[in-house]
Amino acid sequence: MTTRPAPASFPGAGALRETGRLFALALDVIVQTFRRPFQVREFVQQCWFIASVTILPTALVAIPFGAVVALQLGSLIVQLGAQSFTGAAAVLAIIQQAAPLVTALMVAGAGGSAICADLGARTIREEIDAMEVLGVNPIQRLVVPRVLAAMVIAVLLNGLVSVVGVLGSYFFNVVLQGGTPGAYLASFSALAQLPDLWISEIKALIFGFIAGVVAAYRGLNPKGGPKGVGDAVNQSVVITFLLLFFVNFVLTAVYLSVVPQKGS
Amino acid sequence: MGAEVVVEGLTKSFGRQTIWRDVTLTLPPGEVSVMLGPSGTGKSVFLKSMIGLLKPDRGRCEINGVDIVTCSEHKLYEIRKLFGVLFQDGALFGSMNLYDNVAFPLREHTKKSESEIRKVVFEKLDMTGLNGAEKKLPGEISGGMRKRAGLARALVLDPEIILVDEPDSGLDPVRTSYISQLLIDLNTQIDATILIVSHNINLARTVPDNIGMLFRRELIMFGPREVLLTSEEPVVKQFLNGSRIGPIGMSEEKDEATMAAEQAQVDAGHHDGGTDDVRGVVPQIQPTPGLGERAGVRRRLDRVMSILHTLPPAAQQGIRDSLTEEDRARYGAGAGATTALRPSPHPRNGDGGWQPASGDLNVAELPTSNYREPRGGQ
Repeated sequence: MTTRPAPASFPGAGALRETGRLFALALDVIVQTFRRPFQVREFVQQCWFIASVTILPTALVAIPFGAVVALQLGSLIVQLGAQSFTGAAAVLAIIQQAAPLVTALMVAGAGGSAICADLGARTIREEIDAMEVLGVNPIQRLVVPRVLAAMVIAVLLNGLVSVVGVLGSYFFNVVLQGGTPGAYLASFSALAQLPDLWISEIKALIFGFIAGVVAAYRGLNPKGGPKGVGDAVNQSVVITFLLLFFVNFVLTAVYLSVVPQKGS
Repeated sequence: MGAEVVVEGLTKSFGRQTIWRDVTLTLPPGEVSVMLGPSGTGKSVFLKSMIGLLKPDRGRCEINGVDIVTCSEHKLYEIRKLFGVLFQDGALFGSMNLYDNVAFPLREHTKKSESEIRKVVFEKLDMTGLNGAEKKLPGEISGGMRKRAGLARALVLDPEIILVDEPDSGLDPVRTSYISQLLIDLNTQIDATILIVSHNINLARTVPDNIGMLFRRELIMFGPREVLLTSEEPVVKQFLNGSRIGPIGMSEEKDEATMAAEQAQVDAGHHDGGTDDVRGVVPQIQPTPGLGERAGVRRRLDRVMSILHTLPPAAQQGIRDSLTEEDRARYGAGAGATTALRPSPHPRNGDGGWQPASGDLNVAELPTSNYREPRGGQ
């Protein structure tokens, strides 16, 4: 009889294999999303759970983030003599970049780690195996509702962060840096446009998907025992963060070259 | 009647380490089989390969004619609905209470109303002695209760094949006996094919119709219980005895020098760790009175009698001794003239007469696939 071809072993093969499996899971999740019956209960529970662990931290991070943008830009922009554009710059920075990233970091850090730990614990306790044996696809039953919940909550949180961030920036600019409220508000539409809001929400959606899939992937493949689950959670957060910033870079580059910017 | 499981040339390895290779056996429909083997010989891996949780490197595992090694994922999920699997610690869903755990398969796969589900769930909980514990979470109950709850969940869809991973681990001898009785009663009631993975000698001697043993990456034998229980194979003898003398060591392999040293110690009067000689055929557990006869017993006897001449003499003797007067008359007292008879996997016809099987019943072609001459050893 022929033996199975030995798995290829060149440097980086392991990393490629893992990446391949991650993409396979992502594809599986997309396919299974459209398979009935949709797990409404699980989805709502997960949404509620992710929202409850992320709303407060996200809001608390958003305020200082807006403030930092305002402070940094404020001092720079004064030197250039363009104080009246502080509002415009802050809005651009917060809505396009800060909001989706802060949201994704929170969804990945708080929601994703919980998802990963939950699935990891279930895996090592053979619950996932048991579920498969009972003829229930764990990806459809457990992973899809979690990934969708992460996406929905990311989109909703993104709105929250945008509002809170802009309010924080406004507060610091107007109260602490002596900017004028009128100029700040009036310049909103000088540089920002509606597609900025769209790309912001699209980013949040994609980031939520990445956070959910990576957490689920690491959770379903822990390496041996309870310690493995801890490591998996750790890795899932780190991998998600790395992916987020890379994907953010790509999306921003594409957006900036596809959608004409105001004032250019 | 339960489904037949045909395993052919199954091989599994993790990386470079081969777990077992070329495992070939047939679980006869509706019969109870036990897979024995020292710890770490891949018994649980074998069980998981049979339900497609692990992918074997090569070989086939056919259930109702579907090869689960190569079939599509969709088909695999369909086939799995025929299975009831009891994992080592029950593998209950930690976030659900016992009632929801047992009701889970019903809610996922059937359109039963909540009151019907309730009826079935309470019936199964009652069967496993868990009345009154249905509101408890798996974390709040003992290992034995978790195991019984896992069994209740495995039974809820009336499976055709029941796989049980170490029913005795973590249970006291009394509860183990109850579980054994429960499995036999179940087999009587729903005529499911049952495979038990265990290293409990008591259970192996009294429960199954067929016994197999895995050792050193091979299935060293699989066949009617009498064959293994009377075997002179050193591994089997040592295993049944629980003695340190023999080819099984603390680690997987044992070299000649160690064996000689241990033999010398025993010869010098050191205890060999074994208990009494427990070989020989002992009576099998019978269904609880009132449940009737197990259909599998009759089918098995037909099958065994037809391959009797191929079995080792000690096993033949064991089987002949266990025959009742009625059976003797049926198969011809000498049991030597039975070679022409073929077993039938189907229930007897109305008058209970012996039905010679026709050619298409390859289920019965067991001498080649079911019992194998022990390899190696003596």
